Amino acid sequence: MTRRRAIFAVLGAGVAVLAMIGPALGEGVVAYRVVDGFSIPEPLTAAPGDPERGRAVAINRRQGNCLSCHVMPIAEQPFHGEVGPSLYGVANRYDAAELRLRVVDAKVVNPDSFMPAFYRTEGLHDVSEAFRDKPILDAQQVEDVVAYLMTLTEEQ
Amino acid sequence: MNKALTIGGMAAAAFVITGWSVGFSQDRPSVPPPEGSPLGELISGYEFRTPETQALQDDDFINPGFLWVENGEELWETADGAAGKSCESCHGDAEDSMNGVGARYPVYSEATGKPINLEQRINLCRTENMQAEPWRWESPELLGMMTFVRYQSRGVPVAVEIDGPMQPFFEAGREFYYQRRGQLDMSCASCHEANYGMSLRADMLSQGHSNGFPTYRLKWQGVGSLHRRFRGCNQQVRADRFGYGSDEYINLELYLAWRGMGLPVETPAVRQ
Repeated sequence: MTRRRAIFAVLGAGVAVLAMIGPALGEGVVAYRVVDGFSIPEPLTAAPGDPERGRAVAINRRQGNCLSCHVMPIAEQPFHGEVGPSLYGVANRYDAAELRLRVVDAKVVNPDSFMPAFYRTEGLHDVSEAFRDKPILDAQQVEDVVAYLMTLTEEQ
Repeated sequence: MNKALTIGGMAAAAFVITGWSVGFSQDRPSVPPPEGSPLGELISGYEFRTPETQALQDDDFINPGFLWVENGEELWETADGAAGKSCESCHGDAEDSMNGVGARYPVYSEATGKPINLEQRINLCRTENMQAEPWRWESPELLGMMTFVRYQSRGVPVAVEIDGPMQPFFEAGREFYYQRRGQLDMSCASCHEANYGMSLRADMLSQGHSNGFPTYRLKWQGVGSLHRRFRGCNQQVRADRFGYGSDEYINLELYLAWRGMGLPVETPAVRQ
């Protein structure tokens, strides 16, 4: 009995610790604030986003895979998708806060969008076990992608 | 100069307004959709592939799917099971007896009270009439027999029953089709209804019809079933995969066959 209680206590403490460090592990998501249904003004992380890393995330098929649907100024990669709008000059059209929401959860802006929410774990259906309760990108990757998108001022 | 610019601008604007779909359908053969279809025209997956891939399908002597057809033909004539029967013992020449059969599946089964597809029908024949072991899904035997039987309907328009007892299963299939799923939160419709003709990196999205299955896929380096393709799609959006022959996939297969009603069976098709 005592032993069982002790195991529960250890398990409970483990869960509590996991919950605290969860976001850092990429499990669950950190809280963020959407303003007027159009932007997330505050960054998700204390560390600023890195555009170079963000570019790599955008290319990586297992991470952002932005090229799957968007034409982007990434000449070394063949076959850019055309399902979504071109991202040439996207920084001229949106600021960082607006881009952040579009990466985090584009469906807040447009519920009919096909774009996956890259930082949401709620309201999904039949997610396979390996990806359950995990966002596609972690908070730092979101910030990195936003930082990269903010460099895209060149128009096509 | 100004006039030329204006005309050029108008042409560009017209292109933007009408979009790709008009230009797309103009140079791709299509058939009219069934009543109630969300699609304006039905275009076979064949039309979305490269000329090189199409050429592989066009010539029966180089189409690799014919290796499966030949394997199936051999099995058709081979007795198996305690009853000592082959398919041929009851069905005779497949060219006659199986013509059009593959275009009608899935069909309603009184015995089970739900639809069964062609794989299940073949295995029922084996267990009940031949007293043989059922073939495993994706085994060379079941794929061979499937491909051989469907090939007997090549050119026959897909035509499934969706009324009467089939209706609830049809509805369930439609629900599955439109349900966004997986970590990527996409439904079948996200790609195959809203964005066909568009490129997803190197892949051009088709309308997702089933008329070519079982199909030879270059990616698989072999023939595979429709349910294998379903599992691949589900996996790509990081969703749960359902079992081969599961109720979910049978219902989806039924709904998908209806979406492609009127398209000719192309088995053995060749796809990317």
